[in-house]
Amino acid sequence: MTAQTKTSRSMHSSSVIAQRMRPFLAIATVTLFTLMILMVWLSPFGYMVATGLKDRKMITEQGAPIWPATPTTFTYEGKDYPIHLVPTEDGTIHRWAIFKKGREESLFIDPENPEAEPIQWTGRWRTLKRDWKFSPKWGNFTRAWEELGMPLLLRNTLVIAITGAIGTLLSCIAVAYGFSRFRIPGKNILFMILVSTMILPTFVTLVPTYVLFNQIGWVGTWLPLIVPHFFANAYNVFLLRQFFMAIPRELDEAAMIDGAGPLRTLISIILPQAIPVIVSVGVLHIVWAWNDYFMPLIYLATKPKLQPISIAIQNYNALYFAQPHMVQASSLLGLVLPVVLFFAAQRFFMQGVVFTGVEK
Amino acid sequence: MSTAFSGFSLKQLRLKKTKMSKLVRREALWGLLFLSPWIVGFLLWTFLPMVASLIFSFTNFSLIYPGETQWVGFGNYIKFLKDPIVGMSVKVSLRFALIAVPIGIIQPILMAALLNDGRLRGKRFFMTLFYMPYIVPLVSAVYIWAGVMNDQTGWINMALRTVGFPAPDWLNDPTWIYPALIIVGLWGVGDMMLFHVAAMQGIPTELYDAARVDGAGRIASFRHITLPMISPVIFYNLILSVIGIVQYFIIPFVLKGGSGEPGNTTRFYAMQLYKEAFAYSEMGYAATMAWILFVFVLIMTVVLFATAKYWVYYAAEEG
Repeated sequence: MTAQTKTSRSMHSSSVIAQRMRPFLAIATVTLFTLMILMVWLSPFGYMVATGLKDRKMITEQGAPIWPATPTTFTYEGKDYPIHLVPTEDGTIHRWAIFKKGREESLFIDPENPEAEPIQWTGRWRTLKRDWKFSPKWGNFTRAWEELGMPLLLRNTLVIAITGAIGTLLSCIAVAYGFSRFRIPGKNILFMILVSTMILPTFVTLVPTYVLFNQIGWVGTWLPLIVPHFFANAYNVFLLRQFFMAIPRELDEAAMIDGAGPLRTLISIILPQAIPVIVSVGVLHIVWAWNDYFMPLIYLATKPKLQPISIAIQNYNALYFAQPHMVQASSLLGLVLPVVLFFAAQRFFMQGVVFTGVEK
Repeated sequence: MSTAFSGFSLKQLRLKKTKMSKLVRREALWGLLFLSPWIVGFLLWTFLPMVASLIFSFTNFSLIYPGETQWVGFGNYIKFLKDPIVGMSVKVSLRFALIAVPIGIIQPILMAALLNDGRLRGKRFFMTLFYMPYIVPLVSAVYIWAGVMNDQTGWINMALRTVGFPAPDWLNDPTWIYPALIIVGLWGVGDMMLFHVAAMQGIPTELYDAARVDGAGRIASFRHITLPMISPVIFYNLILSVIGIVQYFIIPFVLKGGSGEPGNTTRFYAMQLYKEAFAYSEMGYAATMAWILFVFVLIMTVVLFATAKYWVYYAAEEG
């Protein structure tokens, strides 16, 4: 917008074509600039995939490329000879296998013409670069899958995430409905208390809650990670209430006149119209629970059989810290589901955020 | 459900006094019924634990010797003031906050400004991909970055060496650990970025048109229109950042296993609190640390809200 007005203001400039080009140039420059930032922003994913597909030796190998590769060799008379990139005087670079190494001179074989005499090349072979071929080690992922015990982790994590999501949805929908549709004495004060719980540091309530769960034997079970979600939380109530308040009241009044009770109105009038935000809350909870590290750390530290994926990956990587390819392969296994879910339900993620954002 | 109602019998009495009609009372009862999960939850998981926490803080309650629990008065609070490790962790957290919070405020503003630029094409594409790392599990994100910032084999240092810059040992050098932690944290800026984008899109274009007529350039209109108009979101981010930063410890905990390395720079307050509670089972002392943290957060929030009237612009949110 601004660029266009600027151009029109300086119309008396000599070249009309240059003038017409300016907005496009501005668009191209800004978009390319953003694209560059995006590439840097996402490059850690590239590192993760590339390293996760590498052979252990190739990570620290001098001169190895950043992509998963193995050095090429040529088999000659039953023996493997490493292939190097050999420059000759006419400027071309040959892929030759080194046959006999010497200090100042070496013998090479041309793999395309192995029958010929070995080629003598003058120069230090140690300065030559190796020839690499793309060779992803998919086995790293199956290994990480097995060593992590993914089937069990998937079961644990999904049980915690999905039951928690059901609890969050049931309770938050009810509470948001109460806040958005009913005249209740002291409602504003209650709502303020609800919102102010957002600023409460977790630790203030965590210490006694842990003691309580310890007392009733819930530490070392999934219950502390699931049950509290059946009692609503400020963030999701706020989000759902925002949405419910935007639904016209005339509809539920009409339903009431037709004899529908409050529960009936909620189920047949409000919920069908609020499906996008309900999906948002559900999906965001599943991703949140999948990613949560702190609560499982506290409540399931001693129960490896019940632990979700976040804890398992950390334990695994504490063990395999010296094997970067396995660390990256296991990190990738940890983020596949949230990322796939994100791209599949992308609209709902962003929508949820923007709904709350507009109000605050 | 019955507990929720008995808890509210006082309010019902008041209703009778004001002679509310049967219908109005019925509505209030239904409303309370719907609110009851939260009311019960608030009492069960927030209010009572807070009271219990306060009571714990005056005892030497330990989960290992629960039978020997005794009142110690202000003993834990006096211990807190004298505890050299806690003193160090307070300093560590404050020092980190002074660097991390301003960056955490500026970063989403800059990203949103870029994403909101009229000359940018493919906004939805960019927004989605800039947001994406936000949903990556923290544990995965930490290990990915630990790899990227590896002294020898990480891409950052490989790039720095190629250009001929010195390549620091990000994760083991006390000078570079905070920048490293902040970079990992900034990857999860996605939702704040979207809040800022939404706020910027809500600014009426007439304001920019008027500014242009008055001869304001790009930077002037950003400073005098965009920033004041999105100040409520900046304020919201500031409050959440302060609350988040005082409880910060998970990233260094995953990275360094709670060792405080390098050179005690990651011995954050919340890490110390976590250890007192869940490694040493000193629930009394941990509760003291938690309550002091809570009071600090409360004071900070009140102070920030008091400053809000000088710089947060709420005209757009009437009604």
